[in-house]
Amino acid sequence: MMRLLNNDVGGRWLIGSLLLAIVLIPVLNSLPASSSLYFPTYSVTLLGKYLTLALLALSVDLVWGYLGILTLGHAAFFALGAYAMGMYLMRQIGDRGVYANAELSDFMVFLDWQELPWFWQGFDQFWVAILMVMLVPAVLAFGFGYLAFRSRVSGVYLSIITQAMTYALMLAFYRNEMGLGGNNGLTDFKDILGYSLQSDHTKMALFIASAVALIIGYLLCRFITTSRAGKVVVAIRDAEERTRFMGYRVENIKLWVFVFSAMLAGVAGALYVPQVGIINPNEFSPLNSIEVLVWVAVGGRATLYGAAMGAILINYAKSYLTVELPEVWLFVLGGLFVFVTLVLPQGVAGLLKRKGTE
Amino acid sequence: MNKLHRSTDLKPHAMTAKGLDFLAPEKNHTVNVDHSILLYVESLSVAFEGFQAINDLNLYITDGELRCIIGPNGAGKTTMMDIITGKTAPDSGIVYFGQTIDLLELDEPAIAQAGVGRKFQKPTVFEHLSVWHNLELAMAQKRNFWSLLHAKMTSEQRANIDEVLGLIGLKDQVRKLAGTLSHGQKQWLEIGALLMQRPRLLLVDEPVAGMTHQEMDKTAELLRSLAGKHSVIVVEHDMEFVRNLSDGGKTVSVLHQGSILAEGTMTQVQNDDRVKQVYLGE
Repeated sequence: MMRLLNNDVGGRWLIGSLLLAIVLIPVLNSLPASSSLYFPTYSVTLLGKYLTLALLALSVDLVWGYLGILTLGHAAFFALGAYAMGMYLMRQIGDRGVYANAELSDFMVFLDWQELPWFWQGFDQFWVAILMVMLVPAVLAFGFGYLAFRSRVSGVYLSIITQAMTYALMLAFYRNEMGLGGNNGLTDFKDILGYSLQSDHTKMALFIASAVALIIGYLLCRFITTSRAGKVVVAIRDAEERTRFMGYRVENIKLWVFVFSAMLAGVAGALYVPQVGIINPNEFSPLNSIEVLVWVAVGGRATLYGAAMGAILINYAKSYLTVELPEVWLFVLGGLFVFVTLVLPQGVAGLLKRKGTE
Repeated sequence: MNKLHRSTDLKPHAMTAKGLDFLAPEKNHTVNVDHSILLYVESLSVAFEGFQAINDLNLYITDGELRCIIGPNGAGKTTMMDIITGKTAPDSGIVYFGQTIDLLELDEPAIAQAGVGRKFQKPTVFEHLSVWHNLELAMAQKRNFWSLLHAKMTSEQRANIDEVLGLIGLKDQVRKLAGTLSHGQKQWLEIGALLMQRPRLLLVDEPVAGMTHQEMDKTAELLRSLAGKHSVIVVEHDMEFVRNLSDGGKTVSVLHQGSILAEGTMTQVQNDDRVKQVYLGE
């Protein structure tokens, strides 16, 4: 593991902070609420949400920063992972729904369905859900990537079709016929693995799971980017044709990285859902994917830790500003993107690196 | 160890030394050169929107030959290379690598893996990778994602890269990003990368563009030393360079309007009336 973090000061800081948070936050959370060091549970959940978004940012950085594909559709993989987890959480409700139907979820009863649709089968099993969390985004990424990379679609055209992909999925998920709750999505979750989602312990466990997932995701990304395959990935970004004439099957290498990235985004979505308590088709919105790009750009492309840092910082700012000054948030976000593009092309990570070498 | 040691003081003029045997193409290549011809290009034609870029071109490259191809701008030199390396599909004609490999059926990576290496006219290196990593990626090796993910550098591979670094004179720049090199250094890095691929056939497009006279001499020497183990096709504008390169009676082909106008030694070609007319402008 240490080998992966060689020459990666930012990564060591990120993982160090996450490990510290895993140890410290449960302690601070268990203090009496009157203590000035008390860390409230709602903040724990909020932080856990940021960490899942940081994982999503990692997956985007891998594809955008390293592979050079400006993806405008990564929210789709995130949302699919989230839906897979949401389906499991729906099944966990059992007969505690409004209509008290043990087999069918409320929205199915409302639509007057008589039996569970075929694709809901098996989602009462946690392991099936976990499998689907990774498998469904992977299959979509594989199909999409296979067609796009083989026909050598690249640049802005590729960006546009990634956006079209997530937009098409959003429209599909809005339909009741999809059998996934239509525009209300999936919500009113009660338990995960039999533990109440309302309990502080479960919330803490979800936070820790998010931190662990981010650490593992980070190390896996480092494993790829520091390997020779990672060098080929950068080579493809810099001079795709040259790489091809060197005998590399560019489309295959792109495909594997894209699929891995989609799975990472799926896991992020799966951890996001139980902490925010709802998943609806809005998560597919192209705007969400674009927001992730802003996090990555602000944090610093092709650094990994920069992407995670950017996601956490901007989402914290978003939580703060949407409460304090809700009308300025989008201007801040847009302004930040323009500022970073013009002044800090390598993001905050680039700034830190420059400070470090001075 | 011994090998590594020897490499440290290797000068370009010592390129025929045994230490460079590893650059020779792999012996187990399936290229069949029973008739001692490595590359067959026959009745090749391609047109782009009415412009006949290649017009009934015939070219035969002997195994181990160094061939210079000259021709004015628009003669079809780059298009010819594009076809051989799989970038462009011709309208008609055949391109065979040895007796058995039909290059027109293969795509770029497959052609590269079969043993055809290409140097671009504009030096193309991986700008955000170090000089070392540029050579590491070019190195003959398994090129699928999973092998690359677990690839470890062997001491032999390290020694090979060191040796090529000496050859191309970039030993002191090894950790530098390729994008920060000078134009000439990039040219050399690309040539070095090409050698690491251990190709059977090298296609070299204007290798000395932007080089000083000294660098040009070095390049000519390197290319000449490669012939024998490799076949080399050099496309070049610079007449002096071609004269230098083809010294010793090597064949020079003159490309004009997409087909071969004349073929022979440099002296023969220069005295050819048609060549004088269309190319030397006399």
